[in-house]
Amino acid sequence: MSDQSSQSENFEQLLRSTTGELIEKIEQGELIDAVNLLQQINDARNKNLYIEVGRLTRALHDAIRDFHLDTSAAVGNQEEFSDISDAADRLNYVIKMTQDAANTTMDKVDECIPVAEKLGQEASDLRSEWARLKRREMSPEEFRDLYKRMDLFLESTEQQAEQLSSNFSEITLAQGYQDLTGQVVKKVIVLVHEVEDSLVELVRMASQVDKITGIRHENTEQQTEVVDATPAPEGPAINAEKRGIDVVSGQDEVDDLLSSLGF
Amino acid sequence: MNKDMKILIVDDFATMRRIVKNLLRDLGFNNTHEADDGLTAIPMLNTGNFDFVVTDWNMPGMTGFDLLKHIRADPELKDLPVLMVTAESKREQIVAAAQAGVNGYIVKPFTAAVLKEKIEKIFERIEK
Repeated sequence: MSDQSSQSENFEQLLRSTTGELIEKIEQGELIDAVNLLQQINDARNKNLYIEVGRLTRALHDAIRDFHLDTSAAVGNQEEFSDISDAADRLNYVIKMTQDAANTTMDKVDECIPVAEKLGQEASDLRSEWARLKRREMSPEEFRDLYKRMDLFLESTEQQAEQLSSNFSEITLAQGYQDLTGQVVKKVIVLVHEVEDSLVELVRMASQVDKITGIRHENTEQQTEVVDATPAPEGPAINAEKRGIDVVSGQDEVDDLLSSLGF
Repeated sequence: MNKDMKILIVDDFATMRRIVKNLLRDLGFNNTHEADDGLTAIPMLNTGNFDFVVTDWNMPGMTGFDLLKHIRADPELKDLPVLMVTAESKREQIVAAAQAGVNGYIVKPFTAAVLKEKIEKIFERIEK
């Protein structure tokens, strides 16, 4: 780095020191010397330019290597997968894991609902029978019937409670996706940071070439087109509280906004 | 409010469709059908005689916002109540949906109570 900045500093120094001399020579009418000086500046500039372009090429090569881009198509090696396509695979895996977990959880809940309903229904039926017994409104035959039903109810309650708790532990187990997907997402975050660092480095290298060749880039940040007024969907807002006023942070704010519009 | 009304749930994620379907079932609505984006929803709406649409916003193919605009522009469908259930929480989006004629707007993640309240409110207003 220091080597590189000293290169362009050297060129700037040379430019500064020689310019004074150049004006002097021109004023004194020593045109041959002046042309020689110009030639010197030009040589130095070219030399620096070659060095910087060489550096940029090198950096581009390194960046591509650091991006772990899939150059196999260009190089003819089809066997290796790039980290980027690997990251896409990993994220697809996250989608699959979360979907499977959601489905398992909902399957188990669906199984539990009728069990709980049946338990409640039976208990409420038995309770009204029991109340009749307490009020001594029950015939001996009815009591024998209740006696048997009570036995069956206790037995099935035991079984159903077992089924419920087994479903509950399966629901808990299904949450294991959080650990696995968390690890995968962390790896992808690391890759994204690496790619960002490489890109920043590349931009820095390119700016050296711009400086020496005197290229000025027009501001390419174009104004947002207003042609299509439909706001593009962007998915869940991350850090909604920190984003301030453009994003609502919950249903209450949606309701406030809509009621201010006459809803 | 008629508990037998025919409801179309439009969301590209099967899990979210299932959650909405289960919540609606808990609220007593059993006549629910599903579509995975606006493009599959439109032919169903054209022939299915639906009473109510619950749609996500961000979907491939055709977004829920475009589906809403399509419904409002179609003389056969224009009075169909549409509830948007979406992760899109930008103010300009909510305003745009309101201007396009949405009947209710719920941001994800949401609760069963919010869904119930919004559906009741929509049909209260319609039946008035």
